[in-house]
Amino acid sequence: MYVADSRASTPSAEGAVRQGLAGRRRHAVAPTVLALGTVSLVTDVSSEMVTAVLPLYLVAGLGLSPLGFGLLDGIYNGFSALVRLAGGHLADRGGGRHKWVAGLGYGISALCKPLLLVAHTLTPIGLILAADRTGKGLRTAPRDALISLSSTPETRGRAFGVHRAMDTAGALFGPLVAFLILRATVDGYDAVFTVSFCVAVAGVLVLVLFVPGGASAPAAPEGPRPTLRAALALLRRRDLRRITIAALLLGLATVSDSFVYLLLQRRLGVPDRWFALLPLGTAAAFLLLAVPLGRLADRVGRWRIFLAGHGALLLAYGLLLTSWHGTALPYTVLALHGTFYAATDGVLMAAASDGVPEALRSSGLAVVQTGQALARFACSLLFGAAWTVWGDRTALAASTAALAVCAVFSYTLRPTREHIS
Amino acid sequence: MTLRSRILVLASAVVVLTAVALGAVLHASARAERRDHTQARGPRVAAGRVTLTDPGRLVFRNMAWGPHRDELTSVPATAPGGPRTASGVKCLRFYADSGTGVCLQAVHGPVSDTYRALILDARLHTTAHYDVPGIPSRARVSPSGRFAAWTAFVGGDSYAGTNFSTRTAIVDTTTGRLIPSLEQFRIVKDGRAYRSPDVNFWGVTFSADDRTFYATLATKGRTYLIRGDLTTNTVTTLHPNVECPSLSPDGTRIAYKKRVAGLPADAPWRLYVLDLRTMRETPLAEERSVDDQAVWRDAHTIVYALPGDYGADLYRVPADGTGAPQRIGSAAVSPAYLH
Repeated sequence: MYVADSRASTPSAEGAVRQGLAGRRRHAVAPTVLALGTVSLVTDVSSEMVTAVLPLYLVAGLGLSPLGFGLLDGIYNGFSALVRLAGGHLADRGGGRHKWVAGLGYGISALCKPLLLVAHTLTPIGLILAADRTGKGLRTAPRDALISLSSTPETRGRAFGVHRAMDTAGALFGPLVAFLILRATVDGYDAVFTVSFCVAVAGVLVLVLFVPGGASAPAAPEGPRPTLRAALALLRRRDLRRITIAALLLGLATVSDSFVYLLLQRRLGVPDRWFALLPLGTAAAFLLLAVPLGRLADRVGRWRIFLAGHGALLLAYGLLLTSWHGTALPYTVLALHGTFYAATDGVLMAAASDGVPEALRSSGLAVVQTGQALARFACSLLFGAAWTVWGDRTALAASTAALAVCAVFSYTLRPTREHIS
Repeated sequence: MTLRSRILVLASAVVVLTAVALGAVLHASARAERRDHTQARGPRVAAGRVTLTDPGRLVFRNMAWGPHRDELTSVPATAPGGPRTASGVKCLRFYADSGTGVCLQAVHGPVSDTYRALILDARLHTTAHYDVPGIPSRARVSPSGRFAAWTAFVGGDSYAGTNFSTRTAIVDTTTGRLIPSLEQFRIVKDGRAYRSPDVNFWGVTFSADDRTFYATLATKGRTYLIRGDLTTNTVTTLHPNVECPSLSPDGTRIAYKKRVAGLPADAPWRLYVLDLRTMRETPLAEERSVDDQAVWRDAHTIVYALPGDYGADLYRVPADGTGAPQRIGSAAVSPAYLH
């Protein structure tokens, strides 16, 4: 929304935060973004600690068989989409309660950690993980709305890049902390969960203390009232609708990470012992490239970078399909996979922000995220089915073709009022 | 609140949280010391010579607290509750037959643990080792001692998030030929070729001909007993709802855990024996849920582990559905009877 954003005198949250920066380094990342990045970093350390030790805890600690544990995931994915939309809508109501809805989400996830200490069977553990993900679903859209509202339109790509880089750093650091604790103790899963809880509480505190609330900044009077109907009506806006459709279509052709790693292992013969390290390759590339690509997106256009990111993914698929088996291939595929995330994850939010009025920012971002998440889940089901019927190579070839078609089509959906600084 | 006071609040909270976190870690690390002390009234364990060719001995992983915790120990098969002889070799999972052993153990790295499978000769010397891609679950050796198999849990390589999968490998210990994953075998399901990305195998058991094996195949939420062929690299489904099969010494029956409807999700299994000629199922007298790949002590008796005070205890039950389960040893898992 170039027109609205350029009205620097609008007494909006965005204006309020930005005014503090006027006259200073125009391109500095807003303190709120750094605070939110810290919250995400700390929270990701906490949650990835648990994720990393969970299989070991279930099998070696509790003696449970984890097979079939993910059966609820399918059902939960639908619910999680609703939670995300609800989080976005709740945050917009009352003139921007982003901070408090996000805080609620972080708080729920934090409270789940000590509960793991007392749950010893699969059903309660499954419920706790579901609650943890409810918290995650609730906080994502308000947090991204806060990032977009507290940065200037010209630097949004970079703001999201900084946030995603900090987020990913936490995700890389978490497993390390968890395994160091396990190394220092005997069956120290209780210690891992306790430390994870303490870290999560610190994250919530950083949010409460250092992220400004939205209550003091009423929405622009002429902006749409943040009702549910208004949130749905956002899709009547041409730019947001186009972005949502593109995210949905591209999501439908985005093979889930675990399939990418499985294909990498099968097609390229990555040794078993490296298997667990494959996601680290993606994360490392994501971490390194999130800021540069975010900045580039600010300069050459977010949509272009978003599509280029899918080009990187297309290239990765293409490499997986070739019969070239060089030693550099796994690294190249993982680098391209990480590039894809760096060029699309935060950049999509920056691009979508341009098409959503401030009063509905959270709802608008939630709509885009939900569309993308549901499309990706549908893709993993379709991909699994295609693999069953045709085998992995043909399934991947089909996805590659679909991705190419969707990318070309999305290019034509390019938002008209894209902001380029 | 001023910036200064906010920083102060955060700093003091971090101090408190760090203290709690540190306390939890120290408490958990103090556990190491407690476990090195021999438990009161536990089985007597003394270091000694353990070989895999002493007929009439039972070898298993000793879980009793003390200096020999997690080591392979042996006892007379006729007096499994008696004093244990500890070998000094630590394993998480173990099996042996005809002088060949397979030991799945953790390798403590600087950051995280990795796992490997050791092939042991009769004197427990390592003759080969292989990387295991996840948390060890099952181990078996063929009756001739030629083939060894193991299963590990691998986290997160399925498409539905928190799902886990298994990886099952078989190695020919005479040639060193490794099949890193049974998933590369052709599958014949209900008479037709079958493939799916969600296929998992676990719990291999070998027949005496060094060609045939049995295992569990899981796909689309169901499990099947499969018969595998090591010369044609093919597996064929035989019977539904069979997990962790264990072939009887005469090769005619399979002891296994069956998922029984109406049981709680955390304890869904009962021990059964399947007659491979008639496909008739016989429930065994054990009424608790067993999550183990059972072993045959002889043609009439099944031995398996159940959770106990120090990890797991060993039990036995008649293979024909009669009688009652009986505890034969505490703080023990992964039993192997030497013939």
